[in-house]
Amino acid sequence: MSQPRDHSLQDPPALPPEFGTGPLVRKNSAITEPAWVRWLLIGSALGFLSLFLLLPLASVFTEALRDGWGTYVSALREPDAYSAVKLTLLAAAIAVPLNLVFGVAAAWCIAKFEFRGKQLLISLIDLPFSVSPVVAGLVYVLIFGAHGWAGGWLAEHDIKIIFAVPGIALATIFVTFPFIARELIPLMQEQGTDDEQAALTLGAGGFRTFWRVTLPNIKWGLLYGVLLCNARAFGEFGAVSVVSGHIRGQTNTLPLHIEILYNEYAFAAAFAVASLLAALALVTLALKTFLEWRYADQLAAARRH
Amino acid sequence: MNPFKPKQRRAIPGFGLTLGITLSYLSLIVLIPLAGVYFKAAGLGWDGLLHTLGSARVLASLKLTFGSALIAALFNAFFGLLVAWVFVRYQFPGKRLFDAFIDLPFALPTAVAGIALTALYAGNGWLGQYLEPLGIQVAYHPLGVVVAMTFISLPFVVRTVEPVLAEAEKELEEAAATLGAGRWITVTRVILPSVWPALLTGFALAFARAVGEYGSIIFIAGNIPMVSEITPLLIIIKLEEFDYAGATAIAAAMLTLSFLLLLLINLFQAWTRRSRNR
Amino acid sequence: MEISIRNVRKTFAAFPALAGVDLDIASGELIALLGPSGSGKTTLLRALAGLEPIDAGQIKFGANDATHLSVQERRVGFVFQHYALFKHMTVEDNIGFGLSVRKGPDKPDKAAIRQRAQELLELVQLSGLGKRYPAQLSGGQKQRVALARALAIEPRVLLLDEPFGALDAKVRKDLRRWLRELHDKTGVTTVFVTHDQEEALELADRVVVMNRGRIEQVGTTAEVYEQPATPFVFDFLGSVNRFRGEVQGGKLKINGLSLNTDSPLSGAVEIYVRPHDLRIVEDSSPGLDARVLSVQRTGPFVRAGAKLAHDGTRVDIELSHLDPLTAALVPGAQLRLLPAIYGLFPPEGGAPLKTLPDVVANAVPEQRGDRARA
Repeated sequence: MSQPRDHSLQDPPALPPEFGTGPLVRKNSAITEPAWVRWLLIGSALGFLSLFLLLPLASVFTEALRDGWGTYVSALREPDAYSAVKLTLLAAAIAVPLNLVFGVAAAWCIAKFEFRGKQLLISLIDLPFSVSPVVAGLVYVLIFGAHGWAGGWLAEHDIKIIFAVPGIALATIFVTFPFIARELIPLMQEQGTDDEQAALTLGAGGFRTFWRVTLPNIKWGLLYGVLLCNARAFGEFGAVSVVSGHIRGQTNTLPLHIEILYNEYAFAAAFAVASLLAALALVTLALKTFLEWRYADQLAAARRH
Repeated sequence: MNPFKPKQRRAIPGFGLTLGITLSYLSLIVLIPLAGVYFKAAGLGWDGLLHTLGSARVLASLKLTFGSALIAALFNAFFGLLVAWVFVRYQFPGKRLFDAFIDLPFALPTAVAGIALTALYAGNGWLGQYLEPLGIQVAYHPLGVVVAMTFISLPFVVRTVEPVLAEAEKELEEAAATLGAGRWITVTRVILPSVWPALLTGFALAFARAVGEYGSIIFIAGNIPMVSEITPLLIIIKLEEFDYAGATAIAAAMLTLSFLLLLLINLFQAWTRRSRNR
Repeated sequence: MEISIRNVRKTFAAFPALAGVDLDIASGELIALLGPSGSGKTTLLRALAGLEPIDAGQIKFGANDATHLSVQERRVGFVFQHYALFKHMTVEDNIGFGLSVRKGPDKPDKAAIRQRAQELLELVQLSGLGKRYPAQLSGGQKQRVALARALAIEPRVLLLDEPFGALDAKVRKDLRRWLRELHDKTGVTTVFVTHDQEEALELADRVVVMNRGRIEQVGTTAEVYEQPATPFVFDFLGSVNRFRGEVQGGKLKINGLSLNTDSPLSGAVEIYVRPHDLRIVEDSSPGLDARVLSVQRTGPFVRAGAKLAHDGTRVDIELSHLDPLTAALVPGAQLRLLPAIYGLFPPEGGAPLKTLPDVVANAVPEQRGDRARA
């Protein structure tokens, strides 16, 4: 080892003059910014959020009520609006439970077992998030449409998928595909297999173990995923637009109904229907915030993904 | 360990069943249909593909879509970082409420966002009435595409950066301070570098989402061919003209890009995990 | 650089973390702040660094008042318990960080910073690891990098928070010895925080024992161990037996046993005796009768639990395993015990704890070697 340097010999420079008149308690400047910087940053952030989030939301409700309550209520009472609500609910009622079963199954095999290709599987589950909804709609048209591979066979057997409810449901399933799975996978990975193994050694069967041990552990994460899945199912536009055919009163979901009204210059009516969906979005956000606040520890795994 | 050797009996049941469900469902809903696009595109041959993709209208739409998505994602990267910082670091009234609203673009249907943004930025809208006299046209203009893309991809950066910032150890900043670093140097040389991977992940997610977006844009963009027409809309136009080959060619191109982005996002995410775990 | 701390106070939400601390540290000294968690030792260390603003009092570095200086201006080397190395920087860049953020004419050029980092790497015996990232180092190596980084700014004082807390036992011992050598080489005034009495006693020139935001005792390692000033210090530095007695006219009386004492106390007292200072004596000698309850061999020691016959107090006895008297340690055996070295304190609940140092400051030394003879 070479000669070590003796630090004591180097007298450190003189201390700066003391702040004799300053307040005794100074804010810990080591890990925070001066107040004016803090408020400047807070102001810019909130300004940005207000401009880009709150203002559009507020405009939905103002525009909806621009022509008064009468127009608002009659826009919602219209039979086409009513059938759009029904179809939207139906599509969600098909898509959400199917994705729920898939999500639980996928999370179970990914979180509780080790196998090759697991990482690839996780990426593939996320795939629909990065595919344009329009492309998602198109793929079903290519398969089931009149000129698609299965088109001829379907026509022979008088089965309608495209421009009908099954197509809308399929498109909805595709775009909401990953929501529940990606919420559950990190959660169940974090929880490990100790509880299940304990239940199994106590003689519980596989399904019983799932119902009595796993499900209670993941229920809030599950609900969270269902909530997000449902919100997207109600609001999907691009994919459904491709497969729907826009038949009024038959294959129009709420978002498509908004488009039709808007293109017909029935702005107040369009915004009235939009306000329904916006209200639903607010309810979703409220529930989501409540779940995050109340069950923060049980959802934490997913936040850390 | 030889992966082909049967492992010892698994203690927990249901592997075969759940993996079976997962793979079948994934294949039926996602993989086979997506493969269908490539199968169909392959039938067009290189000439067919290039013929469609090389047309001026498609190229203009690609330029608009990717350019706008890039601007929107950059914009969100900056403001997302700012918002994440403010929400993690500071206390202020209304914080919980604003925090809940950050996810609004995930919950609000895109069509609703589209008409709301259009109403705001149109010449007689709350914002448009002030912007248009300044010569800034947003609605029915490429700028509208950027605004809509910014809205729908807003939460990505915030939500990916937030946990990383929250986990950052206070000691690192204190260490920098004891070593003589002022606040600005601490932030730029100690905190931000640790946020980089998460910021890139959020940026890529926002970009991917913006490129594929359709619902909110078509209302505000005005959809003028060669000017404010986005690529997903072109697919729909081709479909309505029964030009399945054209639609497929564009879709295949966009899909390939999605895969590339997905790969990139996965790499960024792995990087984020690594840098957080060490 | 010498440091003087005067009446420093700090309260966290009604919890007094520092309740008026006075301490003088000589230049070049190696000082341990020892105490249980919540005793205020880490708060004091952080107050010295300027990381914790204080409510009242004064901190002086040499002749200068440092109370109002910011962290950056104080120029202290602080080593954090979990090292707080910058993960995205190489070891070399970590060490050079403090120099690279300097401004104006003080700022060394890149080559000088590199040169300094190399010297420090050599000093902490990590030459050749400069290009690595912290994630590629072991715990002990990270600790040394953190130390080198703190030394790089030529600190007025080096502050270490639980420097060995996160390391395993073997590494801890080696690093302890190494740190002592490094200190002797560099001569930087050093204060470290620990809850491990062995660490404090082995490493430090002087030990500051803290409890509930106050200093209980300051002294050399021998002083605090052999002449504990308060019941707390007695208790904290090693295990202790406590039983009751009475002081009357220069005599300490425990049941029938009577010992000479010059303690200023009178009336009921509490006797503090370490297990190895509780001697086994012959049955005919004066002493306290006890019955052995359990015997346990721990490393080179034999420890026995026993019960005093006269009031049923549980006491522990400790002998070297080579001591022939261990033969007497069998469960159920009757013994006669004599407190060889002990401290006297007013009984708990009597005088408040904080007045204790004044009352008994001289009591313990005078009791030393006070062995009763037949």
